[in-house]
Amino acid sequence: MSTVTAGILTGFGINADQELGQAFELAGARVVWLPVSTLLEEPSRLDQLQILGFPGGFSFGDHLGSGRVLAQWVKNALQDSLTGFTERGGLVLGVCNGFQTLVKMGILPNLKGDWTPETTLIGNEGGVFQDRWIRVRANPANTSPWLRGLGDFDLPIRHGEGRFQVRDDQVRKTLHEKNLIALTYHGGNPNGALDDIAGLTDATGHIFGLMPHPEAFTHRLQHPLWRRRADLGTLGLKVFANGVDHWK
Amino acid sequence: MRIEVAYLRPGLDSRGRKLGAETLDVYLTENVFGLTSELASLVFADPVVQRAVTDGSGPLVAPKADWNLLIEVSFKAGVTNPMALTAREALANALRLPGNHLPESAVVQTATQWLFSRDDLSLGANQALAASLHNPLIQQAVVLTRADWDSGKRPPALYPLVHLGEVSAVVTIPMTQLEGDALVQLSKTRLLALTQPEMEAIRNHYRDPATQAARRELQLPSEPVDLELEMLAQTWSEHCKHKIFAANIAYTDTTTGKTEAISSLYSTYIKQTTRDLEPKRTFLRSVFHDNAGVVQFDDDTLVCFKVETHNSPSALDPFGGAITGIVGVNRDILGTGKGAKPIFNTNYLCFGDPNTPADELPTGLLHPKTVLRGVHQGIIEGGNHSGIPTVAGGFLFDESYKGKPLVFCGTGGILPASVNGEASYLKHVDAGDLVVMLGGRVGKDGIHGATFSSLALDETSPTSAVQIGDPITQRKMTDFLLEARDLGLYKGITDNGAGGLSSSLGEMAESSGGVRIDLDLCPLKYQGLAPWEILVSESQERMSLAVDRSTLEAFLALARKRDVEGTVIGEFTATGRVDLTWGRQLIGSLSMEFLHKGLPAMNLKATWVPPKFTPREVPDLPLGSTLLRLLADPTVASKESLVRQYDHEVQARSVVKPFCGEKMDGPTEGAVLKLKPGSNRGLTVTHGVNPRYGDTDPYQMAWNAVDEAYRAHIALGGDPDNASVLDNFCWPDPVQSATTPDGEYKLAQLVKTCQGLRDACLFYGLPLISGKDSMKNDANMNGKKVSIRPTLLISLMGIIVDVNKAMTTDFLAAGDVIVLLGDTRAELAGSTLEKVLRSDDSALRLAGTPTVHPEASLKLYRALASALQSGLLASVHDLADGGLGVALAESSLGGRLGAHVTLDELPGLRSAPPAVGLFSESPGRFLASVNPTQLADFRKAFRGLPAAEIGVVTADASLVVDREGQTVVRLAQQELLHAWNTLGRLQ
Repeated sequence: MSTVTAGILTGFGINADQELGQAFELAGARVVWLPVSTLLEEPSRLDQLQILGFPGGFSFGDHLGSGRVLAQWVKNALQDSLTGFTERGGLVLGVCNGFQTLVKMGILPNLKGDWTPETTLIGNEGGVFQDRWIRVRANPANTSPWLRGLGDFDLPIRHGEGRFQVRDDQVRKTLHEKNLIALTYHGGNPNGALDDIAGLTDATGHIFGLMPHPEAFTHRLQHPLWRRRADLGTLGLKVFANGVDHWK
Repeated sequence: MRIEVAYLRPGLDSRGRKLGAETLDVYLTENVFGLTSELASLVFADPVVQRAVTDGSGPLVAPKADWNLLIEVSFKAGVTNPMALTAREALANALRLPGNHLPESAVVQTATQWLFSRDDLSLGANQALAASLHNPLIQQAVVLTRADWDSGKRPPALYPLVHLGEVSAVVTIPMTQLEGDALVQLSKTRLLALTQPEMEAIRNHYRDPATQAARRELQLPSEPVDLELEMLAQTWSEHCKHKIFAANIAYTDTTTGKTEAISSLYSTYIKQTTRDLEPKRTFLRSVFHDNAGVVQFDDDTLVCFKVETHNSPSALDPFGGAITGIVGVNRDILGTGKGAKPIFNTNYLCFGDPNTPADELPTGLLHPKTVLRGVHQGIIEGGNHSGIPTVAGGFLFDESYKGKPLVFCGTGGILPASVNGEASYLKHVDAGDLVVMLGGRVGKDGIHGATFSSLALDETSPTSAVQIGDPITQRKMTDFLLEARDLGLYKGITDNGAGGLSSSLGEMAESSGGVRIDLDLCPLKYQGLAPWEILVSESQERMSLAVDRSTLEAFLALARKRDVEGTVIGEFTATGRVDLTWGRQLIGSLSMEFLHKGLPAMNLKATWVPPKFTPREVPDLPLGSTLLRLLADPTVASKESLVRQYDHEVQARSVVKPFCGEKMDGPTEGAVLKLKPGSNRGLTVTHGVNPRYGDTDPYQMAWNAVDEAYRAHIALGGDPDNASVLDNFCWPDPVQSATTPDGEYKLAQLVKTCQGLRDACLFYGLPLISGKDSMKNDANMNGKKVSIRPTLLISLMGIIVDVNKAMTTDFLAAGDVIVLLGDTRAELAGSTLEKVLRSDDSALRLAGTPTVHPEASLKLYRALASALQSGLLASVHDLADGGLGVALAESSLGGRLGAHVTLDELPGLRSAPPAVGLFSESPGRFLASVNPTQLADFRKAFRGLPAAEIGVVTADASLVVDREGQTVVRLAQQELLHAWNTLGRLQ
């Protein structure tokens, strides 16, 4: 396939949609910004996409818990269409509020296959929103296309609700056993997340959600240490290149 | 239904943790048909970690079995509650209602329940705790002990709703026969904030036979009606008309004995300055007449910038005041030209000392720490929830701000140079266009905001003046508007801020020549508002637009699709009048001519008498411990604990962030943003403010503020010939009166500040593109008056040609040579050293107002700018608060490296005590570092300029300062860090 099209959701308080789309463009995708209200009315829009991005932001103000209301709206209207999209091999990426939305819909990690929420993200242990750069480590045992070639790298986190939690020990065990953990915080856990978990995939590896912002590290000047280090390691851009290359 | 949501396990609730409490979310509903417990649970509880109950047993199922005190906090009736709005949408969606809207009859409220286990359950202790959890102006708290609970007491099933009586009809206010005091009394009782001459002008207008004849023809009463008077009061308020800046001033300088007549400070010193600069600053596109100043960024792109203040509301409700300030100035950007997209926020916040003992505070004032916390939270949510990065700004602590905090909220925006084939900074409003109100609905919130902020704060300040911004409603509106702009669906746009519709439509109607406003068509939050209240309400998240009839249908259809409410509420006309209707009937009318030009100019006197201080020589000081005291001063200390809570990176443009250095905690001079993918051209954002210098010399205060902002722009790598500035004046009341016996002096300070501003901007070539003033920053509490120090904030937005050359303050490597650029003089009046020493001895004054030497400075700035283009420097830090000592400490801490310097050969300084060298605040200086391999080139570039190699960056992580062979300071990095992180430990 020559053209890979990524759809980026917008509206209702989503706010990191421009840079998420730009990151996919830099990685070679064609990007359509898709208002949530449009997608809810016309689920067939998904047929034209190879990748669907849930950006960061404060959808519905995070008022009933981060990502929860958007998750409810999308799930009520699009559960079948999105299931069809992923069964056709469509890739889904959720960043920050997008990750929160995916886990609250239950499409991630989707252990039972029926979108039952098994995991969640709650208020940071420190009690406040934090914007800082941290190091993450990709799980080498996770074979998701999104993670190809990733090891340790730096990304910013910008969230107030990033503390990963699970329903029970069985869920935790399953996440580890099936290698669904995609990313962990390395060298400091910024929010009290269980087992330092920063990102997850589903069992197919096609759906990837993470708290840090790979779209905020697409060129070296975005790294806070760009004046101090010649080598800043892998750029977050690699995540997007992986998603696009999967289709090429 | 009462729905209580609790965590399943202890340790999950981050909100309660700090106070040792467990919290529950509470939702109260009425008339939500079809809502079951099961559905409520699905909507409101996170099934992984929470459960919802609907039988009132929340406190019993919450993971805090030993609670003995319950406090439930909810919003008072009529206060904006964005969470309840979201809850409505979530319920409607779950109930599959069309458009995801609950019927108007449905009620949804929210509350937070706190469960404590406390030893002291006395009434006093419980009340104090409850007081710390809510602001009684906008919230209410229910307090129940476990004993109350056991005896059957419960929080209410529903909180009171807004119940207003019948709509009061339009009231005629007889005033044509009133004179003198009676007019003043009328202004007071109706909270019009108009003076006697202004009331007389209105009375004379209504007495005028021409007015009388016109009103007869329109079948209106000959006396004014309430909504006409209210509209005049809003339009003529100090807040909207800047009467003091427009006044005729007789200015006497007693040092020369000369008196000069100044006709409008604004025209004379601000507008004229920019006009004078226009020929050589060709990047100016739209200045002064729009909501924000607009300049060219590159061929395809314009940028705009605006800074507002929101001081009075923040004094009453710090959170609501600040968040409303942010979303308000965001709307200014949205309403600039055809509509710009906000791309950055920058906020300067001024508070009383957070360590002020409570008993030193006049009663009725909130403690500076409470104000700081609330304002800070407002800034966090205002920016973060809107997706606009907070990239720069600062905090300034000074005892004079304990009466009123200063909350400067700034926003920059971007717009394509042309939209649908026309220059984007142009907008049109023509007769026949429809008036559309967009966004939130109208309620009682914010009524009289504009007139209230034009008065001093006292015990009777109206609570209705408080609003709470809702970033999510506004974000939806922003997304919609930018879409509608590019589709050409509207012609003119402006925001609804102070004065509400009366101001926005009054202004827009100047283009078309008139407007008809159908007040009964305005959508309301609740019924029962009088027509005049609808006209002047400052309910948030609203824009006013001019929409052509041919695009109206498409405009409204797209708005509906994006969940934004848009309503036609009138029509622009060419009648020369503002006509106000209700049910198609004319109920009031004002001539545009009188509304906009009828305000008589104020005639004021200003008298400059130089302040008499007996300054003292710098005392003999232990330099190391003094430096630690300066670093711990809240204005100097690290703001990391506060600023990390701002999202400063969303939109992915930041190249220089609020922090730099090895541990990402060193301060930066401001922001550098890379605006567009594929282009290395960038923007700088900096500030300058020095209110304490004004104690001795307001003229130099202005020069210093401009110099500081420009210096920071240069230090970041900015283009010396491409920067624009904004002026924001916050003053104590400068009008001589019984309560302000020193009004003539304060007005003279204002004149001198304006003169300094003009001279500095003309010299450096910095056009003033926008500005604002707030002139009544006093609090009168129990007969005690607290006035702010006159404050001029300069905000600069400039160009950096190549963001790859952007500079930071952190030392990069051991062995780099430390250089000091610029002359040091003994200038410590109003300095941080003086401030710190005055906390021991309040009578102490040090000599020498920091004075800008513009010719020498500009030469140095140009040399530095070109050295930065050539990559000759490793770090640059401008010297400001605390002088060389503080800059050395900050650059060392940023790099987590040491420094070893000598004070022996500071440029410009001979035989002064070492404290002068370390702490003098002479402007025009930088601390820089140079890699030894570039030293030769550096020397060549700065030959003949005041530049001295004063030491070397070391690897041993300590700060060592020598003088004449003696070590006068030796501080370990840990000591510096401990002092510098004072605010992080503030509880």
